[in-house]
Amino acid sequence: MIKFLSQVGLYFLLMKKVFSKPEKPVIYYRQTMREFVFLGLTSIGIIAIISFFMGAVITLQTAYNTENPIYPKYLIGLGCRDSIILEFSSTVAALILAGKVGSNIASEIGTMRVTEQIDALEIMGINSASYLILPKLIATLIFNPILTLIGIIVGIFGGWVAGTLSGVITSENFIYGIQYAFIPYYITYSLIKMVFFAFIITSVSAFQGYYVDGGSLEVGRASTKAVVYSSVLILLFNVILTQLLLS
Amino acid sequence: MISVKNLYKSFNGKEILKDISITFETGKTNLIIGRSGSGKTVLLKSMVGLHEIDSGEIWYEETLFNKLDFNDRKAIRSEMGMLFQGSALFDSLTVEQNVRFPLDMFTEKTPEEKDDRVNFCLKRVNIINANNLFPSELSGGMKKRVAIARAIALNPKYLFCDEPNSGLDPITAILIDALIKELTEEYAMTTIVNTHDMNSVMEIGEKIVFISDGEVSWEGNKNEILSSDCEILNDFVFANALAKKLRPSD
Repeated sequence: MIKFLSQVGLYFLLMKKVFSKPEKPVIYYRQTMREFVFLGLTSIGIIAIISFFMGAVITLQTAYNTENPIYPKYLIGLGCRDSIILEFSSTVAALILAGKVGSNIASEIGTMRVTEQIDALEIMGINSASYLILPKLIATLIFNPILTLIGIIVGIFGGWVAGTLSGVITSENFIYGIQYAFIPYYITYSLIKMVFFAFIITSVSAFQGYYVDGGSLEVGRASTKAVVYSSVLILLFNVILTQLLLS
Repeated sequence: MISVKNLYKSFNGKEILKDISITFETGKTNLIIGRSGSGKTVLLKSMVGLHEIDSGEIWYEETLFNKLDFNDRKAIRSEMGMLFQGSALFDSLTVEQNVRFPLDMFTEKTPEEKDDRVNFCLKRVNIINANNLFPSELSGGMKKRVAIARAIALNPKYLFCDEPNSGLDPITAILIDALIKELTEEYAMTTIVNTHDMNSVMEIGEKIVFISDGEVSWEGNKNEILSSDCEILNDFVFANALAKKLRPSD
């Protein structure tokens, strides 16, 4: 328990260092642009691929489980839309990003720690926590919601492709379904969740990497811990945020 | 000049440095030598503030460094350069960007002035036509030289070198030693080198401090080290077969 509390304390102390005034904003801006590419743009592919196939599977499963004639066919499109918007594009996408981006951040910062690159920054009088973590946080807080929007669009498109090609629903019914009883707030809800999840993924993973002590084995362990802790916190905050935002 | 007075440092209750008091002189290459695990690196990292000491004083000229907070230390840190054991070059930056990094962070020079300074520093350490290479593309000796170029980019008053020759062949090691000595004299720096390489001791040891079990066991220079009557120092200096053969008879 004491170890857990000391880790939580250490995490908040690190965040205090991260959010202190940057030494030279122009350098941080350049770093943030770099992180947009490494953490954001390079994640588009995996989010698009997984969203497409998840949309396809959701459509087919909904179709095969609602074969009763009393259910109108357009419900398949509606089911696909709501599943993608409410859960997949934020929570499931965040879990995927915890694996990809989280492990990347923990191993990058952890390697910098064990190879004394962080010490080199400190020697120069640079706030290493802020220099290394703040640009990543800004990049993911801005870009992950964009990934959510991409996930929504590609996921619904995947559902339409699978539905129409397999013949379980017509294109007209699917499009009617995704427009039927649409609540725009669901998108806002999904984006808000993703902002929280982006903060969790980046800060928890950076924390794990920043305090690595040892060698390559410990960097690997830190990467694993980053993914596991981020995932658990994402699931926990998913419940809390859903209760707060949809109740 | 850097002075350390009555410095103590422990980790998890284990005392690593005990009552260390040393003065490192300006314009000289000061060596800290000792066996692996004797506390050399902890002492060096304590002096630059990477480790917080338990008690004692670390003076940079007239400033008591260890009592300053992070922001107040910045002024002194901007006058420090450090060469790490593994070079600690930033993997994601090219050679040129690595050397340019402290200039970008701490100076208001124009891009042209920064280019000039980067090229000057790289040329000074004999790195030519490697500006756009990444650290992973460099040999061990080249990495050390680029790290030295980065360390001197801001004309530091204090240069710290942690095991500058580790992993290098003897000829490259001598070149690195010579470079450190030349730069120390050229820029009148206070240079502190951590090493257990006896070649370095004999090449550049203007002032030598021998540390054993976290305590200063001997102080002198390269001329005095071969005739010392300190037993543990002699065990260290004449450890290998060649040195044993060359050892002056009692």
